[in-house]
Amino acid sequence: MQGMSPIVKNVTRLVAGFIALFGIYIVLYGHVTPGGGFAGGVILAGGLALVVLAFGEEFARKVLTHEAAQTADSLGAILFLLIALLGYAGGLFFTNLLPVGEVGKLFSAGIIAPCNVAIGIKVGAGLFGVFLALAAFRRAGAGSGGRTGMLEE
Amino acid sequence: MDPILLLLLVLLGFMLVGSLIAVETRDLLSSVICVGAVGFGTSLVFLLLGAPDLAVTQVVVEILVLVVLVRVVITRRDDAAMTSRATLPVGLVLLALGIMAAVVFGTLATADEGGLGMRPFGDPLLNERTEAAVMAPAGEEAPEGAPAEMPKSVGGAFLAHGLTEGQGSRGTGAANYVMGILLDYRAYDTLGEATVIFVAVLGAYAVLRKVGRIRHAGNVADR
Amino acid sequence: MTLAMVPYMLALLILVVGLYAIVAKRNLIKVIVGLLLLDYAANLFLVLVGYRTPAEGAPVAPILTAGAAGAADLAARAVDPLPQALILTSIVIGLSVTALVVALAIRLYEKYGTFDTELMRNLKG
Repeated sequence: MQGMSPIVKNVTRLVAGFIALFGIYIVLYGHVTPGGGFAGGVILAGGLALVVLAFGEEFARKVLTHEAAQTADSLGAILFLLIALLGYAGGLFFTNLLPVGEVGKLFSAGIIAPCNVAIGIKVGAGLFGVFLALAAFRRAGAGSGGRTGMLEE
Repeated sequence: MDPILLLLLVLLGFMLVGSLIAVETRDLLSSVICVGAVGFGTSLVFLLLGAPDLAVTQVVVEILVLVVLVRVVITRRDDAAMTSRATLPVGLVLLALGIMAAVVFGTLATADEGGLGMRPFGDPLLNERTEAAVMAPAGEEAPEGAPAEMPKSVGGAFLAHGLTEGQGSRGTGAANYVMGILLDYRAYDTLGEATVIFVAVLGAYAVLRKVGRIRHAGNVADR
Repeated sequence: MTLAMVPYMLALLILVVGLYAIVAKRNLIKVIVGLLLLDYAANLFLVLVGYRTPAEGAPVAPILTAGAAGAADLAARAVDPLPQALILTSIVIGLSVTALVVALAIRLYEKYGTFDTELMRNLKG
């Protein structure tokens, strides 16, 4: 898959940082304003997809690799499970044991904010990996099996 | 008439027309774009109904689905005939749809008599309250300190008590009630959802991987 | 059957259109389109159930913006938050299932060279 024209590349260089910042904002402030881990994760995946589409397949092989996406996916899932298991210190699975704080501030609502971060990482990396497998590494054409896939395992 | 109801009906009518075009048109790219229109329409409807989390999530999910589907459809030319299948399955489908429509509309129609039907649009179970004495076991009175009347639905109970009292005198403290439900009251369901997403992504990798396909002298064997 | 039931019926009609596309269409992409329509219509119907008409003005979303003192007022006016929490997970699950189904469609296209299920039935792959 080729990259796109220099106009698209320059605009992507300008805009990708803002998309990532917006995604992180939606994830972090999920317990105060609309959004949360799922919406923020999908926004992050969309931003990464924009970068891969603009800069072509070699960029996806060197910098934003498939292995990195899979590792981040698994790390997000393990982090979410760890937060859940930490609840045993309060008596039950998934107990909300961090301080509740004042309503409407960033540091409030117990374990909801760290859970949002873990889910944001997991969903973003997982959906970016699926996007790479579906749309970035395939070439068109009617084959009959054989070596048309490019997913390195 | 209520302006929000009017706007909602216009949007839903637009989505219905879009879905009919998406199903019946011959060009695959037009079909995918009409599905995109239906998805953005649902996002507008979510915003109109007071669900901003859902509107944000639906917009970005729709964008990703559109990008993947357009890329799949554009790079694969398929000139096969797109006629429907033979008459018998279509007849069975229409019969099943007719039965389903009869059941659904029959249920919806008895709502005003308070029978088996649904509550009218805009008046959910949230609006009803019941007395605390009803909740006590038979033959006893309501416990001390119980409120005079309690909400009848789970959502109403959460709206009334979830922020500060919650389960066992410690509320969620989250200003966004939906996130409070998702990650405190129903956190186990969110763990299940993360698992489902993980398994679906693994399934997509397993279907598309390269290792394991061997070509033996003209035969293709999938291991 | 008053005008208040029409939003439910329109959402269920979209569901029926999606179901028809899954059963009666030959092209795999049309089947995927039907699956997507089914998903959107089901989510839409459940969110429609939880709507509470406001006394005046716009519908009130279940988000506390006025500090802890406004909680009681919000409890009397807000839209039901429970269907929204359930549908939020359902939307992202719908995206993952669509990705899996599109992966299957890509693989079938590689093997048979067409998206048409009738032709796939006749080719022995």
